[in-house]
Amino acid sequence: MQPMRKVWTTALATLLLTCLARAETPPPYGIGRVATPAEIAGWNIDIGRDGRGLPPGSGTVSHGREVFEQQCVACHGDKGQGGVGDKLVGGQGTLATANPVRTVGSYWPYAPTLFDYIRRAMPQNAPQSLSNDDVYAVSAYVLNLNGLLPADATLDARTLSAIKMPNRDHFTGDARPDVRNPACLSGC
Amino acid sequence: MTELTDADNDQDRAVTSRRHFLRSGAAVGGAALAGGLAGISEARAEIDNLPPNVPEWMKAPGDPMGSQLYGAPSPFEKSVVKNIPKNLPQYISASGRTPLQDLDGIITPNGLFYERHHGGVPTIDPAQHRLMLHGLVERPLIFTMEDIRRFPSESHIYFLECSGNPVYKKPYGKTASDLCGLLSCAEWTGVSLKLVLAEAGLKPEAKWIVAEGADAAALTRSIPIEKCLDDAMLVYSQNGERLRPQQGYPLRLLLPGFEGNMNVKWLRRLHVTAEPAYSREETSKYTDLMPDGSAREFTFYMEAKSIITRPSGGQRLGSKGFHEISGLAWSGHGKIRRVDVSIDGGKSWQEAQLQEPILTRALTRFRLPWHWNGEATTIQSRAIDETGYVQPTLAELLAVRGDNHFYHNNAIWPWHIAEGGEVTNAANA
Repeated sequence: MQPMRKVWTTALATLLLTCLARAETPPPYGIGRVATPAEIAGWNIDIGRDGRGLPPGSGTVSHGREVFEQQCVACHGDKGQGGVGDKLVGGQGTLATANPVRTVGSYWPYAPTLFDYIRRAMPQNAPQSLSNDDVYAVSAYVLNLNGLLPADATLDARTLSAIKMPNRDHFTGDARPDVRNPACLSGC
Repeated sequence: MTELTDADNDQDRAVTSRRHFLRSGAAVGGAALAGGLAGISEARAEIDNLPPNVPEWMKAPGDPMGSQLYGAPSPFEKSVVKNIPKNLPQYISASGRTPLQDLDGIITPNGLFYERHHGGVPTIDPAQHRLMLHGLVERPLIFTMEDIRRFPSESHIYFLECSGNPVYKKPYGKTASDLCGLLSCAEWTGVSLKLVLAEAGLKPEAKWIVAEGADAAALTRSIPIEKCLDDAMLVYSQNGERLRPQQGYPLRLLLPGFEGNMNVKWLRRLHVTAEPAYSREETSKYTDLMPDGSAREFTFYMEAKSIITRPSGGQRLGSKGFHEISGLAWSGHGKIRRVDVSIDGGKSWQEAQLQEPILTRALTRFRLPWHWNGEATTIQSRAIDETGYVQPTLAELLAVRGDNHFYHNNAIWPWHIAEGGEVTNAANA
């Protein structure tokens, strides 16, 4: 090998190794094992506020009423008026009053969160037991009860993501500290 | 009502105790006679155990070794238990409080640590528990509990406080526990979260980590990456023993100074993302409604706060003279710098003594020696943390946030002491 060629080969190898190292820093402790895509798919139930992660499937408002009557009314009431569980319906226009009513319709900023929460935590006695179609359907019914979806509507990943919730733009960041106690010591 | 008293001598105290038993007996109606007789015999026994007599527990051997394989408090302390609200509509998503007024020091015993669950307390076999770390990482990973315990470990003392402790509307709690009992402090042992994240390798777009519990609520909160790379921990032990099921056994997230619900229990998944999940808990629940109808979101830190635990609501000063005022102060923003106490209804304040060690984001015990002149008055404490932040009055908070704000109420709480020595919550007056 020519000396010049050897230098170039060495430089190229070093460059390649550097790039590889940048792409893949070795784990400091080598603890744990790689999670497979199937394992992640089975556990990752997160739905983004924009609908990212919503699964295939769909459900109608009318089927949602049936699911709701079987699974939800015991805690949320037959029209979502609340009981042992949260009130789900109404309250729009009350947030700035002395008696604000926080519901899906009046308070929740993002519609896809409804799918996320119902699938992961509802019904309380059997979470993660509803099919994706039933979760779409019951989400559709709750949105319909709040006047946010027509009675003949079908909800799927696209239509659920497209709903703009009335309270979406009324959240702000943490403004604290928002009070200033002067820490008076005498003659207060 | 707990009596804070110093009777003239032991015989007097025994008689007081007998009167108390007689009253208790009378209160149960049909059982009055039996109760009264039992009271007299117990009072008699108490006198027999006092000087100059030799107490009965010295005249025979005590319980043998091994009679309690996991020790329990003395039977005479059976009233010191978690404070669970009565008549809640359901107990699956609920909270139970630490009896702050019955505890000393800064460490909460594990059995009395406050609880807040959103889907009940799961029973998890640690051999079948897994932590999944995925999303914006070079290598998505799965860890067993044995794996987690192989990492370099560390221990720190931190408080935990529920963000709704208490709410802004009357009636406010009668006792320190009713009022601020969603507060506890422990020594936590686990691994620094940043070590675990380095194992997977964060991608440059990683800005948040969505943490999820393995409970029936699959509770989900989003944590800013800065906190994850600062003092966040994955903990498996509390005060020297494995976490209790109520505290997230076998693994929980610990975010010093952040509101309690973000310290996700039964931790099973960490999803590294570019933006928050905007989960139900961080949009519709743990957000702070303002009087104009807007709401603050991602209000993580618990601001500086303090409360006098002795004397406090439900207790009674049995005599005038010396009483130590004692309480707890804490701040999610760091160390407590100073605690002021007022014994004259807020007209003047004096600096309390702080018990060492004064630790970052831990409870700090404060004390003020006090001679009570027997007149009615109001006592209260005010914490100042190392950032210079001063604990506000309830009026100051209400003026800005209104009474529908619900969370992050860190007001000064005044206790009224009546001429008879009864202590009540002055904020309810």
